[in-house]
Amino acid sequence: MTTGTAAKPAVTFGSFTINRVLKASPEQVYAAWSTEEGKKRWFKAPKEGWEQLERKFDFRIGGHERLVGKWRSGMVTDFDCLYRDIVPNERIVYVYDMALDGKKISVSLATIEIRPERVGTRMTMTEHGAYLDGYEDAGSRERGTNAQMDELEATLQA
Amino acid sequence: MVQQAVTLDNLFHALADPTRRAMLASLAIAHRNIGELAAPHAMSFAAASKHVRVLEQAGLVRRRIEGRSHVLNLEPEAMKTAERWITERRAMWERHFDRLADYLASTDPDKEIRKKGVSK
Repeated sequence: MTTGTAAKPAVTFGSFTINRVLKASPEQVYAAWSTEEGKKRWFKAPKEGWEQLERKFDFRIGGHERLVGKWRSGMVTDFDCLYRDIVPNERIVYVYDMALDGKKISVSLATIEIRPERVGTRMTMTEHGAYLDGYEDAGSRERGTNAQMDELEATLQA
Repeated sequence: MVQQAVTLDNLFHALADPTRRAMLASLAIAHRNIGELAAPHAMSFAAASKHVRVLEQAGLVRRRIEGRSHVLNLEPEAMKTAERWITERRAMWERHFDRLADYLASTDPDKEIRKKGVSK
């Protein structure tokens, strides 16, 4: 929802799937999602160029996770998540919003499936998202580019 | 429609590779020629050139020929479309999962399994 803007609210629907085979057991993969110490090892920005403003982690059905951070360009990103279904070592379903500078840019349903492979573990993420007009507001092309470049630069330093 | 799908596939493919992401990051700071893009990765000119071609096909970079040198720029138009945002979202998770893979590769399996037992 946007208010006070002349632009018509717009929404784009999208979905994508990411498949990874990880060198770890399903239990290890699940632990990396379900424990605060595990998740903060990878669900973060690299140290440089990003300042954590808020972090909440409550991994259970109905539990709330939040990660707010400020990038070098000054942009604030907000990941706000509710866990909807959890089957230990097998499946995690969560709904999350992303906001840029306080403007909501997307609401997504994400499903993580964890399956043992002969060697390692297959992890599949499927996201179904509604990508909102906040992208246009908060993400003028220049802004979006800055955000992306902050992240890319951070990736270099990781 | 088909054209669109091809473009998205190209984008995903281009962004799925850490070397190409690093090249994009480098281009975000300044335009570069292929030699400059190759230098930090200890790769041949030909290998770098191949990566650049993938980035070009995805519409992420534009090539300008200045004398003998091919100068690469980020393609600002690539940032525009709605699909672009979805691509970025996917790229965000891909980056997280790169880190997850590194983290899991660095952990001692026995220790991690014990840890799981005491997790809340």
